[in-house]
Amino acid sequence: MNSTDRTVPVDNYLTAGEPGLAGWLCTHDHKRIGILYAIGITFFFFLGGIAATLIRLNLIVPAGALMSAETYNKAFTFHGVVMVWFFLIPSIPATLGNFLLPLMIGARDVAFPRLNLFSWYLYVGGGLFTIGALLLGGVDTGWTFYTPFSTMFSNTHVVLAVIGVFVVGFSSILTGLNFIVTVHTMRTVGMHWFRLPLFVWALYATSLVMVLATPVLAMTLSLIALERLFGVGIFDPALGGDPLLFQHFFWFYSHPAVYIMILPAMGVASELITCGVRRRIFGYRFMAWSMMAIAVIGFMVWGHHMFVAGQSMYAGIVFSILSFVVAVPSAIKVFNWVATLHKGTIDFHAPMLYALGFVGLFMLGGLTGLFLAATALDVNLTDTYFVVAHFHYIMVGGSVMAYLGGIHYWWPKITGRLYPEGPARFAAILMFFGFNLTFFPQYLLGYLGMPRRYHAYPEPFQWLNVLSSAGASILAASYLMPLCYLGWSLWRGAAAGPNPWRATGLEWTTTSPPPVHNFPLPPVVNEGPYQYCP
Amino acid sequence: MSEASTPLLANRAIQFDDDAQQRESSVLGMWVFIATEVLFFGVLFVGYTVARVQFPRAFADGGARTDLLLGSIETGILLISSCLAALAVRDVRFGACRMASWLLAGTALLGVTFLVLHGIEYHAEYEEALIPGMRYHPSGHPARAMMIFFCLYYVITGFHSLHVAIGVALLSRLAWKASRGAFSSDYFAPVEVTALYWHLVDIVWIFVYPLVYLVGRSA
Repeated sequence: MNSTDRTVPVDNYLTAGEPGLAGWLCTHDHKRIGILYAIGITFFFFLGGIAATLIRLNLIVPAGALMSAETYNKAFTFHGVVMVWFFLIPSIPATLGNFLLPLMIGARDVAFPRLNLFSWYLYVGGGLFTIGALLLGGVDTGWTFYTPFSTMFSNTHVVLAVIGVFVVGFSSILTGLNFIVTVHTMRTVGMHWFRLPLFVWALYATSLVMVLATPVLAMTLSLIALERLFGVGIFDPALGGDPLLFQHFFWFYSHPAVYIMILPAMGVASELITCGVRRRIFGYRFMAWSMMAIAVIGFMVWGHHMFVAGQSMYAGIVFSILSFVVAVPSAIKVFNWVATLHKGTIDFHAPMLYALGFVGLFMLGGLTGLFLAATALDVNLTDTYFVVAHFHYIMVGGSVMAYLGGIHYWWPKITGRLYPEGPARFAAILMFFGFNLTFFPQYLLGYLGMPRRYHAYPEPFQWLNVLSSAGASILAASYLMPLCYLGWSLWRGAAAGPNPWRATGLEWTTTSPPPVHNFPLPPVVNEGPYQYCP
Repeated sequence: MSEASTPLLANRAIQFDDDAQQRESSVLGMWVFIATEVLFFGVLFVGYTVARVQFPRAFADGGARTDLLLGSIETGILLISSCLAALAVRDVRFGACRMASWLLAGTALLGVTFLVLHGIEYHAEYEEALIPGMRYHPSGHPARAMMIFFCLYYVITGFHSLHVAIGVALLSRLAWKASRGAFSSDYFAPVEVTALYWHLVDIVWIFVYPLVYLVGRSA
């Protein structure tokens, strides 16, 4: 094991600086801000999870056991809004990204620490608006806010929810801006672009998407609010406005938003896998470029959400082809992970299990994405549970598995403590099974024709729904487990030492937890990442 | 020697190694921000284009009801103000802080003038009952479809004016700081990035002006 001494250093970012709550709420330290985000994100994750639980409970019996149709609409809307904007989008970039980006490039902090803190306040503020909308009675539009329903017909608190998402959107823009500038200007001596760890590449590509897509969503949502408040008619068919225009704007952001969720997850998986096999990642440059390719091509595929919405056949064909094209860099990544694992001695510790789970679920989600990119199939599968299963495999299976894997992997660095390996492995495996039991039946449901967003359904669909709900309860247990044993390790965990995984990378060269400005002296880099010698 | 280096250290944030890195970061940050702003306004311009293709006549008639003279004067004012901002950056780089302060104040003043003139325009349109949601009852055949033109006109110019107002606030603060000698040839990044922002405000208007005021009058 490591020769360096295994006690938690006294002078670290957790103990130094202003004491008490004020020290945290006014901090400019990227590491503390990462932890603030982690707390907020965990809160919203369980809030969205409660809504998901209600949905799954309701669907156990065909008549809809629990809720009226209206309440059901509000439950899935709340689930979608909270999970997409307050959990999935910020999860990896804002927590792990904030914590690790400066450490990984050898900087003292991000380029704009005050802006970083401001982003967190925007995140919290946006969350308060959304929770306010829930407390006042909820929203029933679905997380997509499709017009003209959201602008003309819904008499729920659309404006409040939209403001919440608008505000949190700015949090995401500012985080992206901060990361881009940090990667460009704050790299330490010798840290060339092609010596950046893949997680940094992933964050960089993600930040580009955040910065270039989110403003479109922000403006579109402002237009919804203005349309509801002042009757601006740009999406209102009664005035000659165009509801399809809303869908174009919305998906111009919201499709790239999927890449905001999955690109950082890919970065995390790359770090986890290369450390778990103790080998260099296969095809480092291809991995980096494929992330940039996904970020760029991801901007050109939004039309596949509208194959049946009334866009022209030719637009449909073009968007279909581009949607197949974006699968190519994703496949490159999967092949490279597999090639890295090939003939390696795999250490099946918890982060590795999460990473392998990520690859499996991402593959299944990605392959069913190809079904949906084919226009002929999509016509049948649109708005069925097949779509629900597909995007949950990518967004929840992919991004949550990677997020938790990353949390486990960097937990010793963040807290200075080791977590218990046994429960962690058990939770990872349980999560994989729970996830598949929840969402695989939904592929079948969708294939058989069960539409999404219905609070009741015909009898024959029941057994698959019961399976799915049973899986959801296992999944819920596997999400609660890390909360318990990670919390336990904060007080009782053994001291980790600077590099418990014997991993490469600058973040492992400093103490765990790191000191306030990360490194006693600015590190100098003279080789690429992942110099593992097995 | 120590006295000379004190203001430099005071202006440098702890996370940067040197002044060049700090300046590079703030300028790049502003450029990235400008990219987001371009997309922000891009939505409005795309929406405008789509609606215009659908209702060419209503948009032409709507455009013809805007105030060409005031619009042109506003364009001139913004162009001159942008020039003053650029000169302010040049002067502050050469260490002429007092001159830069006057130029920044002048820029802010022209911004205020722009806002006042736009207010006059809005008021006239309110009198003519051209503001959807508040007072809208123009006569004639395209009146209904023209509503979308006016909706977009107010959203676009409204968001632009908001940007002008923010710019005026930033410029005034900088002018005040410059008059107290806060900047030097070694430290001028705040002036530079604010000027960049002001140029963005100007350039957005360069697209608004022909779309709103000019194109409808060509036929």
